[in-house]
Amino acid sequence: MSDELAVDPIACRGHGLCADLLPELVRLDEWGYPLLARGPVPGSLRPDARRAVAACPALALRLKR
Amino acid sequence: MTILPPRRLDLAGHRRRHGDLPLSRPGFADAVAAVNLRGRGGGGFPTAVKLRSVRGRRPIVVANGCEGDPHSHKDKALLNLAPHLVLDGIQVAAAEVGATEAVLCLHEGSPVAAGVAAALAERADPVPVRLAAIPPRYVASEESALVHYLSTGDARPTGKHPRPAERGVRGRPTLVDNVETLAQLALLAFSPDTYRVSHLVTLTGAVRNPGVVEAPPGTPVGALLARAGGETEPLQAVLVGGYGGTWLPRDSGETVSGISSVYALPARACGLAYTAKILAYLAAESARQCGPCMFGLSAIAVDFAELVRGGDATGRLARRLPVIAGRGACAHPDGAVRLATSALRVFAADVSAHLSGRGCRVLAGVA
Repeated sequence: MSDELAVDPIACRGHGLCADLLPELVRLDEWGYPLLARGPVPGSLRPDARRAVAACPALALRLKR
Repeated sequence: MTILPPRRLDLAGHRRRHGDLPLSRPGFADAVAAVNLRGRGGGGFPTAVKLRSVRGRRPIVVANGCEGDPHSHKDKALLNLAPHLVLDGIQVAAAEVGATEAVLCLHEGSPVAAGVAAALAERADPVPVRLAAIPPRYVASEESALVHYLSTGDARPTGKHPRPAERGVRGRPTLVDNVETLAQLALLAFSPDTYRVSHLVTLTGAVRNPGVVEAPPGTPVGALLARAGGETEPLQAVLVGGYGGTWLPRDSGETVSGISSVYALPARACGLAYTAKILAYLAAESARQCGPCMFGLSAIAVDFAELVRGGDATGRLARRLPVIAGRGACAHPDGAVRLATSALRVFAADVSAHLSGRGCRVLAGVA
């Protein structure tokens, strides 16, 4: 298991929920679009990461293997 | 054998120059790999890898002759002078991947469309080729945008996955190659033993004979300028690779791999003002799908315009440029960032001059 966060840049509308739910790995640029931490999501943050993925209104955030 | 003949060749002239086209040789992809042929549309991806990745039922070949970059004219020159070399290349590629149809894409209103149509009418190809007119937008000729347009009529990029080779036009495996790349495949098929990769490069700006030259990969920029008759006046910098390319000092001595265009900026012009103009164009040409491109390119274009006016936008640019690249569905924002970043490096003295309140050393209107 070495899932990494990824965003579909076309689908993303900059709602910003991901940065609220997972500030450890997601920050927003000045226009409100997510900047994702690179590399595998640490095990301790995986539940939060899954929650952020599920909460994305645009279904743009995902965990890729 | 050079790529460009001195005059336009019809089919009979083309066959006299090159002979009959040998199709479908076993081991052709290995030969392509052996000569290290790379895509000539700007990406520089190894052509053999692309050829081998097209697998599945009824593949399609898409020849990209759009050449949307205003600094590039090599594909138009090629399609104008040697249309049959490109059309032969399409047949070679189609035979190699087992394609049953092919599409040659030109921008709407392309000056070479009539000539290409006339060349097509002279031929009886095993794989039928149709012409497609692509909307004249900068990103419409990006690989995924072409596939998207040919499938749905929407000419915006769709992103890096799935790759066209896996699922392309109307879901079918699709080989998208630049027209020069296809011409190179034809040349390799004609003379496998003597073929050497040589590139078409467009030279514009302050050179004596602006136009398209042919040069081996790795030719230094200075030698390319000399091939165009040399500069007409002292230069301060060159822009290699078009609007989304890289500024280099005139005498950097750097060789740039896969270079397709060189623009020579005279010493009396302002590189910042020129860059600001290109950035405004690139921002306007964003497909406006991805936030970092839609908002980021406009922001850095405004920052550059402010630099030109003497405002200090360097802090904002230092914060913005590193976070824009790599975050779009296509490489459009990456090119704009490459251009802006290299401009700040190469025109650092001009940035200081503008900021010092002395203004631009160039009289208004020259750039």
